[in-house]
Amino acid sequence: MKHTISILVENRAGVLSRVSGLFSRRGFNIDSLAVGETEDPEISRITIVADGDDHTAQQLEKQLNKLVDTLKVRTLAPDELLARELQLIKINANPSQRSEILTICEIMGAKIIDMTAGTLTIEISDSQVHLKRMHDLLEGYGIKEIVRTGVIAIQKGSVTIK
Amino acid sequence: MIKAAEAMVKCLEKEGIKVVFGYPGAAICPFYDELYRSEIKHVLVRHEANAGHAASGYARISGKPAVCIATSGPGATNLLTAIATAYADSIPIICITGQVSTDQIGCDVFQEVDITGAAQPFVKHSYLVKNASDIPRIFKEAFHLAGTGRKGPVLIDVPVDVQNTPIDFVYPDEVRMRTYKPTVKGNPIQIKKICEAIEASERPLICAGGGVFLSGAQKELRELAEKANVPAVSTMMGISLFPSEHPHYLGMLGMHGVRSANRAVNECDTLILIGARVGDRAVRSPSFLAENKKIIHIDIDPAEIGKNIPVDIPLVGDVKTILPEITGRIVSKPREKWFEEIGQIKNDVPVTEETEGFINPKMFLKKLSDRLPADTVCVADVGQNQIWVCNHYAVKDGGRFLTTGGMGTMGYSVPCGVGAKMADPSREVVVVCGDGSFQMQMMELATIMQQGLSVKIIIMKNNRLGMVRELQTKGYGDRQIAVHLEGSPDFVALAKSYGIDADRVVTMAEAEEKIEKLASAKGPYLLECNVWRHESTL
Repeated sequence: MKHTISILVENRAGVLSRVSGLFSRRGFNIDSLAVGETEDPEISRITIVADGDDHTAQQLEKQLNKLVDTLKVRTLAPDELLARELQLIKINANPSQRSEILTICEIMGAKIIDMTAGTLTIEISDSQVHLKRMHDLLEGYGIKEIVRTGVIAIQKGSVTIK
Repeated sequence: MIKAAEAMVKCLEKEGIKVVFGYPGAAICPFYDELYRSEIKHVLVRHEANAGHAASGYARISGKPAVCIATSGPGATNLLTAIATAYADSIPIICITGQVSTDQIGCDVFQEVDITGAAQPFVKHSYLVKNASDIPRIFKEAFHLAGTGRKGPVLIDVPVDVQNTPIDFVYPDEVRMRTYKPTVKGNPIQIKKICEAIEASERPLICAGGGVFLSGAQKELRELAEKANVPAVSTMMGISLFPSEHPHYLGMLGMHGVRSANRAVNECDTLILIGARVGDRAVRSPSFLAENKKIIHIDIDPAEIGKNIPVDIPLVGDVKTILPEITGRIVSKPREKWFEEIGQIKNDVPVTEETEGFINPKMFLKKLSDRLPADTVCVADVGQNQIWVCNHYAVKDGGRFLTTGGMGTMGYSVPCGVGAKMADPSREVVVVCGDGSFQMQMMELATIMQQGLSVKIIIMKNNRLGMVRELQTKGYGDRQIAVHLEGSPDFVALAKSYGIDADRVVTMAEAEEKIEKLASAKGPYLLECNVWRHESTL
């Protein structure tokens, strides 16, 4: 089962290494990890998607809380979160294919950000399910490269993690 | 303005540090130069790991964080095993290491190693000091972190140029850490639930661990067991919480524990874990154990609760605060039937037999403990010697047993004994090790001599790495490899070459006379015991 964990940490040198080190030391698998400053420059938010059963998730939360630089840990329930990942996708595209790819992008809410005689580079930000569908649609043209940010997530509604 | 190195020494003085254990090198020289001017006593060990183990022994007897020091690179990496050992046993030590100059970090210069990176998985916290002005805050935090909540080692790595930077020195009065707030007080609802569960239980049992010592709650634990009328077992780290002869105490549980303790664990209906983390050596199949009994778990570390065993009533907090609250409100029950059963279990002791021409270590340790003062600190190393001490050395009221139960680090006992003796010179300190483990620490005989410490060392010499030999005999068709210690020196002559009085005991007939000599020796003493190579652990 996938768990999306939101962690607020002190924005200091070495904190990311402590967090990621904890995952490997305790034998937890990370699917993705994204980190960035919050509205308070002294605090960073790390969003981790990890795989494991409920016991694993509970242990993870407790072990993360034990790190001295950790301010807050929240495992976000799937129905309470809005999760997004940004991807940059470079595909093969000859001039005759461009218009149909453009249609796909319009429908899927993606943007073409670069173009050469034989390639197109697409930017898309969405949920995992939607991104998977986009991949399926583009696969036929030949995907040359994908760059992804990893999932970031926020709670629905007015509640915040602080 | 003073040099940061001087500030480091002042921080230690402010924390009440009287003794530090260490080994110098170029990258830590500015700090040593300031130690030269300080009242703090520096104990020169003969290997950096032993500085860490000595600090561990000191911390465990004094009840406060203790300090060890090493230089950069190899000095720091030698310290790693001691840091990991302290982490596994939750012992509060402050490790100060020198680091190469800030501008050279990352250039792979002479004696450079990323020690904060290397130690990261097994420190409670660590600091690489980049700004000299942070030193007072960092030291204040380090002592606070090491000595509160679930205790543990904290590493402070200080580049040599930082040590030489002038700073304004003001030692903070209090720690300001918004991220670190360990829970001390127990939740009253949970305390009430625990009282009710114990009162409703026909066959309750306490399992006490090293956390009780870390909390300084020995007295509070005994009061609970006595008032609530609940028998108790202990983990290895919990040995000496109860005197061996205490009517409520059944001994150490687990893989190497005594039959009585393990049977009580199996037969109880409510198991009260106090400052014990249900390690694999203590409880091999925790989920199986939890199936037919109620599990109560009291621990200061929320991550320990539910980690290894499913728990019915969890309680997070400091046992020293919590236990009196339980004791205060609990109603005592006679539990005659349970105590009768326990009494029978306790008397069912396996017979120990003497082997002609050898010392039986089990009988010997019993005799030894009978002769030593009640408040003796007994340190066991790792291997068969450790288990023999756990199960046969009879701890008296006020006595203390030390060992590394979590990490099982060979070579722990002698330096730990050094630290323990320095922390309380009035107490007798006796160290028990094997001929294998002794050879991992025998360089510390020099430290004992140099400091004039009356530490008594007993070597159980069977020319074998006995515990691995036994494992190979039982589990690997007796194919004995790499467990033979022939080639060892004459330990008696070795000790004497350091100027330490020493003797050898070969048969049980002379045991009492030799124990008398050891016990009445005024200075350090080493006694080699001739143990049969096939002697069993249990």
